[in-house]
Amino acid sequence: MPAPSRELPWFPGAILAALVLTAVFAPYLAPQSPTEGDITQKLIPPVWMERGEGRHPLGTDRFGRDVLSRVIYGSRISLVVSLLAIGLSGTFGTALGLISGYRGGFTDSLLMRFTDIGLSLPTILIAVVLVAVSEPSFRNVVLVISLLLWPRFARQIRGETLGIKEQDFVALAVVAGRSSTWIISRHIFPNVVPTLLVISTLQVGYVILLEGTLSFLGVGVPPPNPAWGLMIADGRGFLATAWWITLFPGGAMLLTVLAVNLMGDWLRDHLDPKLRQLGSRAETEPAAIEPVPEARSRGAAAGADGG
Amino acid sequence: MWRYLIGRALQTLLSMLVVISIVFFLTRLSGNPVHLLLDVNASERDQQILMHHLGLDKPLPAQYGIYVMNMFVGDFGNSVLTRRPVTEHIWERLPATVELGFVAMFLSVLIGVPLGMYSAVHRGSVLDSAARVFAVLGQSMPAFWLGLMLILIFAVVLGLFPAGGRGGVENIVLPAFTLGYFTSAAILRLTRSAMLEVLGSDYIKFARLKGLHEQIVLWKHGLKNALLPVVTFAVMLFVQFLGGAVVTETVFAWPGLGRLILESITTRDYPIVQAGVLVLSALYLVGNLFVDVLYSYLNPRIRHARA
Repeated sequence: MPAPSRELPWFPGAILAALVLTAVFAPYLAPQSPTEGDITQKLIPPVWMERGEGRHPLGTDRFGRDVLSRVIYGSRISLVVSLLAIGLSGTFGTALGLISGYRGGFTDSLLMRFTDIGLSLPTILIAVVLVAVSEPSFRNVVLVISLLLWPRFARQIRGETLGIKEQDFVALAVVAGRSSTWIISRHIFPNVVPTLLVISTLQVGYVILLEGTLSFLGVGVPPPNPAWGLMIADGRGFLATAWWITLFPGGAMLLTVLAVNLMGDWLRDHLDPKLRQLGSRAETEPAAIEPVPEARSRGAAAGADGG
Repeated sequence: MWRYLIGRALQTLLSMLVVISIVFFLTRLSGNPVHLLLDVNASERDQQILMHHLGLDKPLPAQYGIYVMNMFVGDFGNSVLTRRPVTEHIWERLPATVELGFVAMFLSVLIGVPLGMYSAVHRGSVLDSAARVFAVLGQSMPAFWLGLMLILIFAVVLGLFPAGGRGGVENIVLPAFTLGYFTSAAILRLTRSAMLEVLGSDYIKFARLKGLHEQIVLWKHGLKNALLPVVTFAVMLFVQFLGGAVVTETVFAWPGLGRLILESITTRDYPIVQAGVLVLSALYLVGNLFVDVLYSYLNPRIRHARA
């Protein structure tokens, strides 16, 4: 790992700022309605191509809806879904992690058993089935993603709590007769906030991709909402003739997730050096897998170990 | 060591049980398949008969009990639509999923390992920076969009590869690359860091002092030792491909298990959805268990810490 640079993350910062502004001011920025189109204006190419029109800078889809307006409004869906899902799973996971780490003993074993099970599930597969059978809707997408996300928070926050619990100021608070609730909320929680911030940011990209995947598969945000994943699914049948329907929402998604991931990596390096081993999308790069020079001495060690 | 193994195995079993329960109860909530199978005008009596025939008239816990019992003897029931045993459907589709997973893993290693080695040896070179961009993009790319863009470029515009379906070698190139892109980026980063660590070690310095040819130092002494984490990781990726192949299979009309599950969700063919998700989850969970065990066996640090 190279030493973190002192430079500010201006590239991801600028993209994220633009994204948030776009989402907030979507009604002022979008030239047309995102959900209503003029069927006589369908499949118009972007403005720089032949037959392109100034009214539709990025062209229109098969219902004559303006692609640019839909991409602009789509940012709202991605942002709101990730804020809600991360808020929900973050709150739940953090509470569980704090309790589990502070209490220890049986409570800890039990809660961590649940967390391990949650972490071991094949996420996309379960999400697809959960949303599909519970009727695709905005609310269900948020709930299902939250359900699959909380163990990541719980696991990490518990680890942090274990370390903080051993510190003198916690022991002093116990001696002073403070209640567990008071100690957890006043002494332990403030110390896990940097970690919480880093995990949350690193999960935003994942949530956006997951929501996009669900919407693409037809089990996410229902039409006619301008979700990016839905737009891509919509354009799929017109790839050969109207590629712009697919290209632009995907590009927006890629840029957003890229910016969030870079920002998360930067925050991790600057706020919380302990989390260095977490990459963006840490779930597919487990910290356990690391260079193992010692593995060479396997034969000798195995003999001593008896197994 | 044994305690750890048994604990891990039990946890896998519990996770499996959770998956079974989730899938069972949720598929029962999603609407009555009888309505889909029968004509709208079917009489109440006909509906009752069919429900009885399918065992849907029994109370939920009883259905669940019967389901779990049957599963232990390998009986997943019959497809509601085709009346053929579910296991037949699964066996038909499983080879395609496994094939895609294998090729994608192979491709990831083929791209990731040489690029990672090159990046480590020529640190700071143009290609190292390019590899970094490749890796960062890989983390942020929506797989379904990448797949569509590949179809657009290589199938529609250039006409080099078919856009979908399963058949010859040319059919598998695009889906395997789509599935393997993220992971080849991950393998690249892993190889790079593992290689950097190995190259900084004493035995490499010694090999160079001995006057060995640089290529022999790199490939024989360097790569051989850096490869262990990479290989473990590759096996784990293969396992995850099985769980995540739903998306790629949908984009490329690849006749695998993931697509079968998605199709069966639309037709509300419960038994197939259940069995498909269970088979994929089982492969995923057992595969992860296998990797964990393998890794803890190969890594004395873990072996002793958790013994």
